[in-house]
Amino acid sequence: MTSHAAHIKEKAANATLGFWLYLMTDIMIFASLFATFVILRDGTNGGPSGQELFNLEFVMAETFLLLVSSFTCGLAYLAIKHGQKRRTLVLLGTTITLGIGFLSLELYEFGELYLAGHDWTHSAFLSAFFTLVGTHGLHILIGIIWAIALGDYISKRGTTPDAVRKFSLFALFWHFLDLVWIFIFTVVYLLGAIS
Amino acid sequence: MDWSWLTGRLSADYLPQDPVTIGAAVGMPLAILAVLVAITYFKKWGYIWNEWVTTLDAKKIGIMYMGIALLMLARGGADALMLRAQTALEPLGIELFDTQTFQEVFTAHGSIMIFFVAMGAMFGLINIALPLLLGTRDVAYPFLNSVSFWLFFAGMVIINSSLVFGGFSNGGWLGYPPLTGLEYNPGPGVDYWIWALQISGIGSLLSGINFTVTILKHRAPGMTLMKMPIFAWSVLVAMVLVMLAFPVLTATLGMLALDRVAGMHFFTSDGGGNPMMYINLIWAWGHPEVYILILPAFGIFSEVVATFARKRLFGYATMVAALIGIMFLSFVVWQHHFFTMGAGANVNAFFGIMTMIIAIPTGVKLFNWIFTMYKGSIRFTAPMIWFMCFAVTFTIGGVSGVLMAVPALDFQVHNTMFLVAHFHNVIIGGVVFGYFAGIYYWWPKVFGFTLHDGIGKLAAYAWQVGFVLAFIPLYILGLMGAVRRLDSYDDPTWQPLFIVSGIGVGVIALGFALMVIGMAYSVWKRKELADTTGDPWDGRTLEWSVPSPAPFYNFAITPRVSHRDEWWERKKAGLKVPTRSDYEDIELPKNSALGVYIAVAAGLIGIGFIWHIWWLAIVALIAVVVFVIKRTFDDDTEYTISADTLYKLDKEARA
Repeated sequence: MTSHAAHIKEKAANATLGFWLYLMTDIMIFASLFATFVILRDGTNGGPSGQELFNLEFVMAETFLLLVSSFTCGLAYLAIKHGQKRRTLVLLGTTITLGIGFLSLELYEFGELYLAGHDWTHSAFLSAFFTLVGTHGLHILIGIIWAIALGDYISKRGTTPDAVRKFSLFALFWHFLDLVWIFIFTVVYLLGAIS
Repeated sequence: MDWSWLTGRLSADYLPQDPVTIGAAVGMPLAILAVLVAITYFKKWGYIWNEWVTTLDAKKIGIMYMGIALLMLARGGADALMLRAQTALEPLGIELFDTQTFQEVFTAHGSIMIFFVAMGAMFGLINIALPLLLGTRDVAYPFLNSVSFWLFFAGMVIINSSLVFGGFSNGGWLGYPPLTGLEYNPGPGVDYWIWALQISGIGSLLSGINFTVTILKHRAPGMTLMKMPIFAWSVLVAMVLVMLAFPVLTATLGMLALDRVAGMHFFTSDGGGNPMMYINLIWAWGHPEVYILILPAFGIFSEVVATFARKRLFGYATMVAALIGIMFLSFVVWQHHFFTMGAGANVNAFFGIMTMIIAIPTGVKLFNWIFTMYKGSIRFTAPMIWFMCFAVTFTIGGVSGVLMAVPALDFQVHNTMFLVAHFHNVIIGGVVFGYFAGIYYWWPKVFGFTLHDGIGKLAAYAWQVGFVLAFIPLYILGLMGAVRRLDSYDDPTWQPLFIVSGIGVGVIALGFALMVIGMAYSVWKRKELADTTGDPWDGRTLEWSVPSPAPFYNFAITPRVSHRDEWWERKKAGLKVPTRSDYEDIELPKNSALGVYIAVAAGLIGIGFIWHIWWLAIVALIAVVVFVIKRTFDDDTEYTISADTLYKLDKEARA
């Protein structure tokens, strides 16, 4: 192996390790927000609690969209690894569409709460709820923008090793958001609905 | 038409009112203007832009960090002088500040010293020394390194511009709510504090990732983890702490900002909010933070002591174990900052005991250094003097820390001058002395000439004497019940001690002046002080194997490592002259201006939030996204130096 090829390979390995470490730091951000939510969830200030506000069927639909998007993202990663450019782009497009669908549902839920007068200024519980779920939503938005830029890159340059490496980082990010959502679904919505 | 959206809440009402602040607010822009005029006059803009602003060379980024850190040390030191002048002179009827300004000054002093002096000097020294110690050409992500530095710079600009527009936070360096909430602090001061810390903190977080990957992936071939110089170990542990702790700071400051901007109720005293939650979160970051600062200083001392005692470091493996022990323990002690919260006897006992346990690994290190010196042939150079001052001062600070780890005793001294004396004792005696030792030690490697040793020693002695004068009285005052952060005390019998403390700060200022004078003198006499060998201290590690100043490619030939003290062993075995066939093509990062663009945009987001100029925040946010995408999808970021060129360059550098 020439020193140049070794250098490229080393850079790719570095990028992957660094991205894993970044995800770890992001977990710490979410951990802080989760801890705060759990501490403040009873601080409803006389207003409604999660049990009165959350609609589990609606959240189930959100969860379904996000999980399927994670699945299509995985398929797209397989496709790009096999050098199937068109298939990659179609599957990435599906992932983006599902992500937009998830985000729209989330914004709809936020909008409904806001219009019903249950916005974030009314209690510590609502502040913590909007911030935790909203931070996840913000990550999804970043992921969608990233995916669009990535699609543009792949359509121009094809399924090069660089493109595969860039895609692998996006895939890590998208699956990570899925995982965080599972925790939000459990801690915020499910535990909120039964307590 | 209403144009207020254009400038948010910015108005002339926020210009400074009292004479001291007006002086600073006029002086600072004039000084900046003078510098800008000088650069234009000497036609240096191209040089500054190409060689410094857009550079991705870790050593140059390190020098810029150090420059800012020293500048901010002057600013934070001036704050300290004014604070102690106030408490020394106030009983005589000479009042420098009103209470509000006094509070802003101690908040600025603490925030600047931790975030822009200590953190800046730490990242500066890591950038300068770490790649050289590891035998590598650069950090893992050179571009990210530039982003980190410029975010740090943007935070520094924000915190200092509060002097001119709007004033600073009065909430202390950790900004406890509800005081820093909207209800009691509606003005922009707290927002300045939040955004200066938030922006530079994100820079630190990125650096944490960067240096961790550098250490794990970029070591010279043959350098196993247990063959790394101890400095690299200390940085690795500190950077893991950065990655675990700084996100908590980001989230906490974010929630406080949401309380203030969006009217949320995280930390308010009404609406179901919980201010104690903030105090828990901020210390979950804050306690690891003090270890983040001290561990690299320990690493520096380990290199300094081994070099100047001309002996292998005693107890390398226990040193590593102690570092890792401290890494874990630093996350289970945060509650000792608020034993008085009322968490109950059992919780307090747990955290008290954990805190005391930290003294054990720290003690291990101290003994290791002392045993390294034992029977060594010690040269008492300036870095070594800083070490000796550290060994004594830091031990006293550590002992007072163990005292305060006893919850029952802490109830007595909580929030008093005793605490102020304790943490200055460990931060000045540990962190600051450590970084200063690093400056004197690695200076020749960066600039090609040593610092004048005599003036350096004088500076160290002045700092040491000044420290004792400034802070031992505060221990006594604290024990007698002097509460911290007050601009005036009723008991006239305390005044002599406050005067002694004020004189002590003056002596510390003299020490700082001596350092600056020493640097200026050494620049003037750089021919006589030139380091022609690349190895002025008869060093032990790889940075001394390259010429001084270290070339931009660090190592012409990637070193192969088989010993802990690789360079020392090579010198013993006899050095070989490299031949043409030893050289290979190397790849280095191209300069990039995107780092500084991203930081400018990030700074504007901060300004937008501070002054409620929402369009600015949105436009700047979009700009950040565009810049990041542009860089992420740019594959042409490196250039090659051919083996021939490298051979020639190396020959010239060694001639």
